[in-house]
Amino acid sequence: MTSPVQTEDTSVPGGSGPDVLTKDGAQETKASEGLSPGQLMWMRFKRDRTGIISACVVIFFFLIAILAPVISKLYGKDPYTLYGQNSLTLLNEFNMPSGSFGGASGSHWFGIEPNLGRDVFMQLLYGMRTSIYTALGATLVVVILGVLIGLLGGYLGGAVDFWLGRFTDLLLGFPSQLFMIASMPVITAAFVKPDENTPVWLRAGAIIFVTGILGWMGLARLIRAATLTMRDREFVEAAKISGASPWRIIRKELLPNLWSPILVQATLQLPSNVLNVAFLSFVGVGFVEPTPDWGRMFSNGAGFIQQDPAYMLYPGAAMVIFVLAFNLLGDSVRDAFDPKSGR
Amino acid sequence: MSENKTTTAVTDKAAPAEGRPLLEVKGLTKHFPIYGGFPFKRQVGAVQAVDGVTLDVFPGESLGLVGESGCGKSTTGRMLTRLLEPTGGTITYDGRDITHAGRKELAPIRSEIQMIFQDPYASLNPRQTVGKIISGPMEINGINPPGGREARVRELLETVGLNPEHYNRFPHEFSGGQRQRIGVARALALEPKLIIADEPVSALDVSIQAQVVNLLQELQRERGIAFVFIAHDLSIVRHFSQRVAVMYLGKVVEIADRDTLYEGPRHPYTHALLSAVPETDIDAQKRERIRLVGDVPSPIMPPSGCRFRTRCWKAQDKCATEEPPLVQISGNKPGHLTACHFPEDPTTAAADRKEDVVMDPALQALEKDVKHA
Repeated sequence: MTSPVQTEDTSVPGGSGPDVLTKDGAQETKASEGLSPGQLMWMRFKRDRTGIISACVVIFFFLIAILAPVISKLYGKDPYTLYGQNSLTLLNEFNMPSGSFGGASGSHWFGIEPNLGRDVFMQLLYGMRTSIYTALGATLVVVILGVLIGLLGGYLGGAVDFWLGRFTDLLLGFPSQLFMIASMPVITAAFVKPDENTPVWLRAGAIIFVTGILGWMGLARLIRAATLTMRDREFVEAAKISGASPWRIIRKELLPNLWSPILVQATLQLPSNVLNVAFLSFVGVGFVEPTPDWGRMFSNGAGFIQQDPAYMLYPGAAMVIFVLAFNLLGDSVRDAFDPKSGR
Repeated sequence: MSENKTTTAVTDKAAPAEGRPLLEVKGLTKHFPIYGGFPFKRQVGAVQAVDGVTLDVFPGESLGLVGESGCGKSTTGRMLTRLLEPTGGTITYDGRDITHAGRKELAPIRSEIQMIFQDPYASLNPRQTVGKIISGPMEINGINPPGGREARVRELLETVGLNPEHYNRFPHEFSGGQRQRIGVARALALEPKLIIADEPVSALDVSIQAQVVNLLQELQRERGIAFVFIAHDLSIVRHFSQRVAVMYLGKVVEIADRDTLYEGPRHPYTHALLSAVPETDIDAQKRERIRLVGDVPSPIMPPSGCRFRTRCWKAQDKCATEEPPLVQISGNKPGHLTACHFPEDPTTAAADRKEDVVMDPALQALEKDVKHA
């Protein structure tokens, strides 16, 4: 700790050296590695019990969605076989599951589907898999579009900002759910001949496209506002003075400071996208048979709500738990990133 | 604190006034447009933040830029580093015109002009480690010092009086003074020839101010870096700068070497400014007292002629019609330029002035009552 400045500068008022000296005595023993804002956030997050529990629930949902084929193998059933049609005892004469609680039994844990007689547990698992994957894709599109448009508008300002802002307003004015219902068949019809079957990937792509295109506006506005507050900060000017390109400034100076709003928005956006995808399937423009889908289980279940309420119970409970856990997780992430904004 | 330091600094006067200036500024102007009107917006006026500033900065010299808040000091500094686009005038660096140069054209001289910022809390990216902050400029300019960038950063940290082991720490772990030192290290990373210091110490508390100013002075002498030192604290400027320019409402009203300006100012505004500096030495010769009244006029509609005339006790009709040029008026030493039609005597002593200048009539009446009582 000998520096030319301190040793030569004996005329420093107060007689004491610079502030570093006094602090160092205590700090020298600790590791010289500092805690990054990210590490601090992680420490705060670990103390938040709600956050940890909801994170566990969310991870559990993701795991069973990813591992659905493995579970299917262990469980010995798949989501496509019509077990009720193959066995005479599983469905009664009205094509409703025989036995209480939707026909739940040791071999069909969540019972079987009315009419077709497929396994509800497998349907739910694979349905969640479809919905979560689609929602993840849509969230990715939302985040990329939102961050890009928000950053561009906020950083470049002027006419670019004006027109991007008006475009955002225009899309915000759209009745998004009606637009989704109206545009889904149009998009699929544009790529598929009338006499052909629509492939599943095209359907998934169309759903991701439509929900993504109509979902980025909130994030873009948020990112634009955050960029505006940072654009004129002096560390950005310092980067400009050393000759950094706008792209480098956006990437190295602005983006690292925007991770918290992005992460928080993404964790809040994902469950709402799961609901959106489910909604599309519910109204019949999303995934179609035989692709298992979470949302379509509701629309099927709604038809049997009086005869077989248990059929709707499982997907409904699963979705409530999933969306709730995800929203609580989003809140906890926000609190961890920005402890001042909490309650 | 600065007084005893000044005496030592006087010896190395090293008048750098000869040779070609490193930075030449001629008639530099910045007007910020004001838009208004409905439904179609159009420009209805302009904030004339800087209006025709002419300066020279010589290699290795420190030029102080003083003036009250809002007089255009920082705007001038930001134009010199080309953070702002000048509306008019020219900036010539080392013989090259950089007034309207783009980012690519500026690339070769970017490493030679650096800036130190006012607010140490806003000038460091909170998400980057100290090492990254300081090595950033080297990375951008593709500089690979011998021994690697990390070794260079550690060296710089030591130069500015920080522990080189703090390489991996984040800005939030440092105090204001330490942060400002990091900012200085970042400016030094490219081994600049000119540093624009925009009020580098006004956000720090007084004991830390002295440390940082001394650090800057040390660097300036050892490395021969030219400084444009923007400040509103006159004693710090006196301590730090060899030449001082006084700005008022977007114009330079007086420029001279330090001692001439502080001992023998000619412009009434400089007199007023100097008389406002609190006296710490009670045994010192009594200084003149000048009390101005009112605020600085709006830069949107500056007064005609001399901009100081609305607050000047010597103002006459000529001041309203004719703008005084910034020239060496009679009785001035070479290099001492003043923009005034009716300059004051070059003295700050109270004995040389018959009566205090008190511009406010109410205050005048009050002072008379006190005297009579």
